[in-house]
This record gives sequence, structure tokens and C-alpha cells, in this order.
Amino acid sequence: MNPIDIITAYWPRLIDGTLMTIRLTLMGAFIAALVSPWLALVRVNAPIAVQAPIRIYVSFMRGTPLLAQLFLIFYGSGQFRPVLEAWGLWTFFRDPFSCALLAFALNSTAYQTEILRGGILGVPQGEIESAKAIGMNPLQILRRVVAPHAYRIAWPALGNEVILLMKASALASIVTVFDLMGRTRQVFSRTFDFSVYLWAALIYLCLTATFVFLWRLFERWMNHELGLAKTPSAAPQAWETRP
Amino acid sequence: MLELFALGDTGWGDEILRGLLVTAELAVATLPVGILLGFLAAYFSLSRVAPLRALGFGYTTIMRGMPEILTLFVVYNGVGMLLNALIQWWNPEAGAVDFSPFAAGVIALGMVFGAFAGEVLRGAFNAIDPGQIEAGRAIGMSNSQVFWRISLPQVWRFALPGLGNLWINLLKDTALVSVIALDDLMRMTKVAVGVTKQPFTFYLLACLIYWALSVLSELVLAAMERRANRGVRRAA
Repeated sequence: MNPIDIITAYWPRLIDGTLMTIRLTLMGAFIAALVSPWLALVRVNAPIAVQAPIRIYVSFMRGTPLLAQLFLIFYGSGQFRPVLEAWGLWTFFRDPFSCALLAFALNSTAYQTEILRGGILGVPQGEIESAKAIGMNPLQILRRVVAPHAYRIAWPALGNEVILLMKASALASIVTVFDLMGRTRQVFSRTFDFSVYLWAALIYLCLTATFVFLWRLFERWMNHELGLAKTPSAAPQAWETRP
Repeated sequence: MLELFALGDTGWGDEILRGLLVTAELAVATLPVGILLGFLAAYFSLSRVAPLRALGFGYTTIMRGMPEILTLFVVYNGVGMLLNALIQWWNPEAGAVDFSPFAAGVIALGMVFGAFAGEVLRGAFNAIDPGQIEAGRAIGMSNSQVFWRISLPQVWRFALPGLGNLWINLLKDTALVSVIALDDLMRMTKVAVGVTKQPFTFYLLACLIYWALSVLSELVLAAMERRANRGVRRAA
């Protein structure tokens, strides 16, 4: 079969897989986005003893392969099956999709926490002192001064993180989730036609490009709303990668 | 509990150590390939010839936009098929050969590392003070002398943090080769799980080993950075 035949014969599967990839990525990134700001705040402000668990968590998540984390959750939960069944959690851990989502959310939370920590530390001290001087209480300072500025600094890095998560979501196919990678492997195992991998690569690249475009658009809109010309400092350096 | 991890026939310690050795071999074998590809990519990206620049940009962009596991499958299946087609064409009598998963791992992970390293090195070459290069030219150094004596020693210093991150990523990405049946740490863990039916225990052990490797790498890299930056004046 030639590449055109492959796509005409199997496009519904590939579209289905693409939607699953998008769902996994966005849900994982969103759950992490709900949790990570609080962890980042603790990481910046709390005493060392309170910070320690978060530091260990972040170091573990960044120091181990996502595949190993995924296996630890998906296969590892089987070791505690009776307990999980008793607690009514077994239906969750039996499902590859929910395990993959949990692994991605936990992993992305660690990375987003570090990014937001950098953003919070990047807020100029003078702004916070000014806010105090005009009588804002800590909650107001957080909501009106620290949070908007920290997010603006962190925005490009957060975008990178979502893209890396999308690429990483291909690992879900290994625990039998039919995302784009899973569908691609399925089509390949039926046809032994190599071109399906090239189609998958093209779709992943399109997803990345679209996402980068939308993220920049939102950045520009956000800066416009705030009456600012462009994002301050922390533009990602060429050598910055996910550590 | 501990007898599970014993060395020898009774425990899984030796199997897992053998897997760890394969993981380490793969990472160490991939590193030079990746760095070489990275230098090539950086050279192309910084070239004055437009088609070369486009090639460099295309390579780094495509490789960085694809999931690593997809790259691995493309290389493993694609190169395997190509190899067999070539052998068939050369000698129709010959039977099919299996493309070694280790070689596929080195090529695929090396290509990924090379694409990211290309960007790191491009940034590092750009970070060199142009005045120094002009000064080198002014005292009559050739281009290659400028490269070997001025650019390269400093690129190392600028690129080290980025390359260090990539090394840790590489260590973690080696886990992917377990999917194409290379007996690395991850796969030996899977074998142990299959027999002992203790998935959590063994996957946790694997995670802890990877974690230890990462933390150890971070310590070594921090020492290397200190050494690379010795004698560099820092703002107080």
C-alpha cells in the first residue's frame, strides 16, 4: 500500500487516536495546573521541614522515567488489589486510561511546580513592598500582584511543559490506551506498512505547531489586556530543556 | 522480603543488576553519537548556506516535536525493513535478519539527543563574545584555529548545563527500549514481576535505581560545572 491508501483506509482510527492524545494531554495538564500553584507557594514560603516532602516528590518525579512511574501505578496497584477493592478504588486502577491520566498529572504537577516556583521568585521584590505599603493584605498581594506577574513570567515555560506532556502521552499506548501512538501501532501490526508511522509523526508535529500558535496568541492577548508590550525577562533560553 | 533481591538463583538481584548494566551501556554508547549529531546540527543551523541552515532547522524541529517512543519505532521498524530490503537486493538467497534493538536504541536516542543538543550548542556558540573571535582573526588565526582555541573551549562551559539536563533525559529515555525487547533495567524488572507477582515492589525498586542514577548525575554535573567555570569572574 502507498501512503495515500493508508490514510484513506485508516483515517478514522488515526483521528480517534489524535482526539485521545489531546484529551489525555489537556486533562493531565489541567489537573496539574490546579494543584501546582499551591505546591509552588509552599515551596517558596514555607519552612524547610514543610518544603521537604514537596522537594522529594519533585526530585523523584523528575529523576525517574515516566514509563516507570506509569508501570508503578498501573501494574503496581495490582499488588494491593484486595485493599483497593475494599476501598472501591479498584475500578479506577484497573482502567489504563485513568492510570495514565494519574501518572501524567502527577508528573506534570512536579514540573509545573518548579516552573511556577521560578515565576514567583521572579516577581520583583519592590512590587511586593509597594503593595504592602499601600496597605494590601497578603491575600490581595497574592491575587493582584504575585499571581499575575508570576504567571506571565512562567507562561512560555508552561507552554513547553504542555508540549512535552503531549509527547510523553504517547507512552500511554504501552499500557493499551488507544491514543495516536496506540492506534498507529495497531494499524502497523495489521498492515506492516511503515508509512503509518510517518503519518503519525506528521500529526504530532501539526498538534505541536497548532499548540505553539494558540499559546503565543493567548500570550499576546494577555499582554494586550494588561497593557504591556511583551512578556518580561524569562524568555526561554535555547539550552533550556526539561531537566 | 530481602531474599527477593538476593544475588544468584534464589533472588532477582543479579538479573536486575544485569539490566542496569545494559541501561548504562546504552546511555554511554548513545552519548557520543548524540553529541556528534548535536555538533553537526549546530554547525548546519549556524551555517551561512541557506539550504544547510534549513536542513539543521528541519532536523531539530522535527526530532524535538516527535514523541521519543515514535522515533524509536520509526528507527526500529524502518531501519530494520530498509536493512532487509538492502540485503535481499544484495543477495536474494539470504534470509531475513533481525535489526538489533541495542543498535536501534543507540540510533534513535542519539538522534533525539542530537536534536536537543544542536539547540544547546547553537545557543552556546552564539553566547561567545564576538570580539574574541574578531581578535583571533586580527592576530592572523585561521578559522579552524579560532574554532579549536577560542570557540570550543568556551562552548563547553556555556553548553554544560544544557547537555547535563539532556544526559539525565537520556538516562530516563533508555527505559523506552524495554518496549522493543532490549533486556535493560526496565525489562528485567518486568521479568521479575512476571515471576514474583510483586509489581509494586519491583517497579518501585526500578524507580529508586533510576532516581539514584539521576541524583548521582546531578552531583557529578554540578562538580563539572564548578570545574568548567573555575577562574570565571562572577558578579558579586
